[in-house]
Amino acid sequence: MSVNIIIKNAVKKYGENTIIKGLDLSVKKGEFFTLLGPSGCGKTTLLRMIAGFNSIEGGDFYFNDKRINDLNPSVRHIGMVFQNYAIFPHMTVRKNVEFGLKNKKFPTDQIRSQTDRFLKLMQIDSFADRMPDKLSGGQQQRVALARALVIEPNVLLMDEPLSNLDAKLRLEMRSVIKQIQNSVGITTIYVTHDQEEAMAVSDRIAVMNAGVIQHIGTPKDIYQRPANLFVSTFIGRSNILKGRLNIQSGRAVLEIGDYRANIDGVADKHLKQQDVQVSVRPEEFLLSHAQSDEGIPATVDDAVFLGLNTHYFVHMDDGERVEIIQESTMKNDIKAGSRISLGVNTEKINLFSSDGSQNLLSGVNNDVTQN
Amino acid sequence: MKKTIRLDMWKGISFFFLALFLLILVYPLFGILRQSVISGEGQFTFAEFQKFFSQPYYTKTIINSLTVSIAITLATLLIGVPFAYFYSFYQLKGAKFLFVIAILCTMSAPFIGAYSWIMLLGRSGLITKFIRDAFGIRIGSIYGFNGILLVQALKLFPLVFIYMNGVFKNIDSTLLEAAENMGCTGIKRFFKVIIQLAMPTILAASLLVFMRAFADFGTPLLIGEGYRTFPVEIYNQYLGENGTNYSFASAISVIAILVTTAIFFLQKWITKRYNFPISALHPVTKKTPKGIRGVLMYVYCYALIAIAFLPQLYIVYLSFRNMDGAVIKDGFSLGNFEMASKRLLGRSVSNTLIFGAVALIIIILFAILISYLVVRRSNPLNNGIDTLAMIPYIMPGSVIGIALVIAFGKQPFALTGTAAIMIMALVIRRMPYTIRSATATLQNIPISTEEAAISLGASKLKTFARVTVPMMGNGIISGAVLSWVAIVTELSSAIILYNNRNITMTMSAYVAISRGNYGLAAAFSTLLTALTTVSLIVYLWLSKSEDIKL
Repeated sequence: MSVNIIIKNAVKKYGENTIIKGLDLSVKKGEFFTLLGPSGCGKTTLLRMIAGFNSIEGGDFYFNDKRINDLNPSVRHIGMVFQNYAIFPHMTVRKNVEFGLKNKKFPTDQIRSQTDRFLKLMQIDSFADRMPDKLSGGQQQRVALARALVIEPNVLLMDEPLSNLDAKLRLEMRSVIKQIQNSVGITTIYVTHDQEEAMAVSDRIAVMNAGVIQHIGTPKDIYQRPANLFVSTFIGRSNILKGRLNIQSGRAVLEIGDYRANIDGVADKHLKQQDVQVSVRPEEFLLSHAQSDEGIPATVDDAVFLGLNTHYFVHMDDGERVEIIQESTMKNDIKAGSRISLGVNTEKINLFSSDGSQNLLSGVNNDVTQN
Repeated sequence: MKKTIRLDMWKGISFFFLALFLLILVYPLFGILRQSVISGEGQFTFAEFQKFFSQPYYTKTIINSLTVSIAITLATLLIGVPFAYFYSFYQLKGAKFLFVIAILCTMSAPFIGAYSWIMLLGRSGLITKFIRDAFGIRIGSIYGFNGILLVQALKLFPLVFIYMNGVFKNIDSTLLEAAENMGCTGIKRFFKVIIQLAMPTILAASLLVFMRAFADFGTPLLIGEGYRTFPVEIYNQYLGENGTNYSFASAISVIAILVTTAIFFLQKWITKRYNFPISALHPVTKKTPKGIRGVLMYVYCYALIAIAFLPQLYIVYLSFRNMDGAVIKDGFSLGNFEMASKRLLGRSVSNTLIFGAVALIIIILFAILISYLVVRRSNPLNNGIDTLAMIPYIMPGSVIGIALVIAFGKQPFALTGTAAIMIMALVIRRMPYTIRSATATLQNIPISTEEAAISLGASKLKTFARVTVPMMGNGIISGAVLSWVAIVTELSSAIILYNNRNITMTMSAYVAISRGNYGLAAAFSTLLTALTTVSLIVYLWLSKSEDIKL
């Protein structure tokens, strides 16, 4: 049975060091929820607090209405997948998967049928009697997943489960995980530092930095309207330019050097003259190689053809370096050394306050509850 | 609520070990210290130390022990490192055979080498007589320093070999290629790169060999003659013609412990400079030995192994010869074994097996629990227990023997001559090694595997029993077989603690030698050799690999 998870004011300390102070989080029933952030941001710490392997120095953790702070890990009824899989090396695949059911004192015939069901679901039924050291990384991963799911836990916790796999297997296992989670419908918390992986599997993502959740939203939300400058640079690539917001006859106008562009989406409360940081993703530049007065003048340092797209490494006349991605065209007329002029896609770019702490545009969907 | 009870169980185990180690390690050690500074009248005095340091007759024993141990350590490196190098870097034919025989050499009972070399090269030894009769040449005496060096170097070089083989296997071939690429080849590369990379291991092996050589009792007793070492002196003071002098034996023990402690920390200090990890992603591919160098390589390896194994072969041969005391008669028979069966053979065998088995079970149990306390529940108390458990590492066997007699020989314990004191000595002697290997094994097991079991609903106790212990199993069992061999061939502490009731096979063989009954000694030694050989086969079968940890 799936549950929703509510965390209120969670605190984690190691000695005098406070890693997480006052974190709130709510995960919906059946949701695939990802904790995403750079290493050391506290995401694994938080996951292990939910699992019960890290002590909780403050706050309340709930599964539905049940407070779990003081429950032993063994009775929280959690399925956990570890970074190194943590397969028992001295047991066969079947024994590994059965382990949880036996501890929960299931009747023998049910252990058998339940185990078979999940071995089949994970397509490892043909390895049932092998020892784990005879399995590949991907197969071990499947065993770990089957073992976690077979007990039909309330919550599935996954700690960087794909980081030990090679790139190709990672893609394959990522869709397996997503698919299984969908069909089982279990509340899942997934930890990763790989933003592409997070976007591929998650219903919602919480971006963490330095023990604080920066933004909670759907992959689309956090990519297109990131809550702050950190999220904008951590999710995908962003070129950050210095600019100024001016108000001319009630309309917001962005100035970058001599370049002017009307911006329609600025939230009402931010409609005032101020310095801003402009986040322009590589694909959000408009590039023309005809010299025009309107654009930002720049010079191409290098052009890298990658098939679908071509990457341009460019420096503006003020010395600022930016990266641009354009769909490749049949004619390749922009070479290193070309003079070009840049515009921005005003609908897609994001404007942040000068300290980077908030997005000035409307349409930011952020489920972080502000304290 | 449950949580607190479980915590208390491990706390309870911590306190149990603390109490136990205070009783069987600290109390005897303290007893020796106390005995060494308390006179017969109960006065505090340094008289025994004064006596020791004022008479060259006594100081010489420690100097002799140090000198010969250092010589032995250097000799084992000199013959063991090249042997390991050839073995690890070249595809030698019969490598497995060389390996097994080398292990057998080092696992033999402590006095077999000395006893057999006396029979071969002694005053009326087989080879001595042959050379004298055939060529009229008198070979030099093998008694004293030379004899101890010969016997111990041949017995202990396999330790260097095992250690070095382990590290050579972990040298990444790209490191050697990189060195070659930068113009460092051949013998220069061997000293500049390979030996440097292996330095921590060389130092570790040196310490082990030194400790073994320094504490060795059987060899100098038989072959040392005028070259007196301190373990023999402790024994003489304990059981000498001039009557028992516990205080003086204690004083020598204290001095010996100070020496071993100093060496122990000196080695740690030197090792610190070579603190780097190595592991091979691309192990070195073994080359086929070619040409004259290949031939020399084969000659070296096989000759060395043959010489090292000769004593044991000769003893087995002697055991089937007709003997009268120390004199070899014509013909073969089972007479020696028949005689053995009348001389406590049954009791020796059953004592050996029972003491060994009980001691081994206790050691394994302790090692598992202590390594768990140290690795998974690290706190000052448990780290303290770990340190206490290492005390026996710096205590030579005869010192442990004396310490136990002083601590438990009188009321309220009066355990002398019992199975209990023998088992206690065996456990104390062997425990540090097993704890170290168990700790190393557990450190390599990621804690997430245990967390997985807990999150799947297993209790902490069940996780420990069903997941932690089985995962440690392989490492511990294979190590235990080697402990077993050390246990059944224990001499230096047993000689102080034994009597007719708790006599073992090793002791029976020793008693026979000391009474000049060489045929009987050969029979007991052969049975011991058979036992160690079987144990080694079991080990190789269990471990399924060549990685031996001592």
